[in-house]
Amino acid sequence: MNRSWLLWAPLAVTACIGGLATYGLVVPKDEQVRSAMIGQKLPEFALPPATQGVLPLSNTDMGDGKPRLLNIFASWCIPCKAEAPQLEALEAAGVEIDGIAIRDRPEDVAAFLDEFGNPYRRIGSDSEMAVQLKLGSSGVPETYVIAADGTILFQHIGDIRTEHVPMLIEKLKATR
Amino acid sequence: MKIFVAILLMLAAPAFSQGIGPTPALANRQLPDPAKEAEATRLMHSLRCIQCQGQSIADSDASMAATMRAEVRQQIVAGQKPEAIRVWMIERYGEWVSFEPDFKGAGLLLWLTPILLLFVSFWLARGLFRRRT
Repeated sequence: MNRSWLLWAPLAVTACIGGLATYGLVVPKDEQVRSAMIGQKLPEFALPPATQGVLPLSNTDMGDGKPRLLNIFASWCIPCKAEAPQLEALEAAGVEIDGIAIRDRPEDVAAFLDEFGNPYRRIGSDSEMAVQLKLGSSGVPETYVIAADGTILFQHIGDIRTEHVPMLIEKLKATR
Repeated sequence: MKIFVAILLMLAAPAFSQGIGPTPALANRQLPDPAKEAEATRLMHSLRCIQCQGQSIADSDASMAATMRAEVRQQIVAGQKPEAIRVWMIERYGEWVSFEPDFKGAGLLLWLTPILLLFVSFWLARGLFRRRT
């Protein structure tokens, strides 16, 4: 019986494993954990105001016929400071932004808004990150596009850079 | 002067890179019912922390893991089954959040490959023994 081809099988298997290892080294790893809630309605939540003088935020405040951005941020988060000018630009373009402050103190949120401006319509305080978990959000900052009916349409992970501003405006327009 | 600097360094507080919010009550406190706590702990060891990827939420000290542990204990107290809580997590973060792959899709390959390899090696070994006799 001629089974000489079988001799090559171990080499072929080794080559496959080698190829897989090379692929793992060459292709950069995507460590972002995307939310699985895209395409679904906002979960139910009701958050107290994050500091004095801002309005509280609950899920019913969104999805009232107008598409909005939901920005997850924290005063202790450095990329959140970096995206502040972009949020200002979005607000100036007529976009309504609701905020959720993660693990924050009212005085720190107030200081953050004083320094970097307040582009938010409402800011809820999620001190125990419970709403973040419900949203399938994995960190700060993150920005969600919420449709007019309260459906989560899109998740942007990380700070909003200048090049992301037109894309977010497009996504909001597309839902109208 | 050196001693003074050394004392200052010892007094320096570590930076709070995770914020300063309160830790949820059930994150680090066991449930009064040992059976329920065991159920919760077993599940916590098989759920992946979102923040410090690769660690289970039972092993991780990240604030996100604390929130997830509290969520697991709360749902266990409310009478939820551990597997239903796993599904709840998967609905939010995808299959990635579970350390126990489902018996479908790519997970199927993961479960069946060892069995397949076992059969192949039996077949190869059988050939070897036959040649010897």
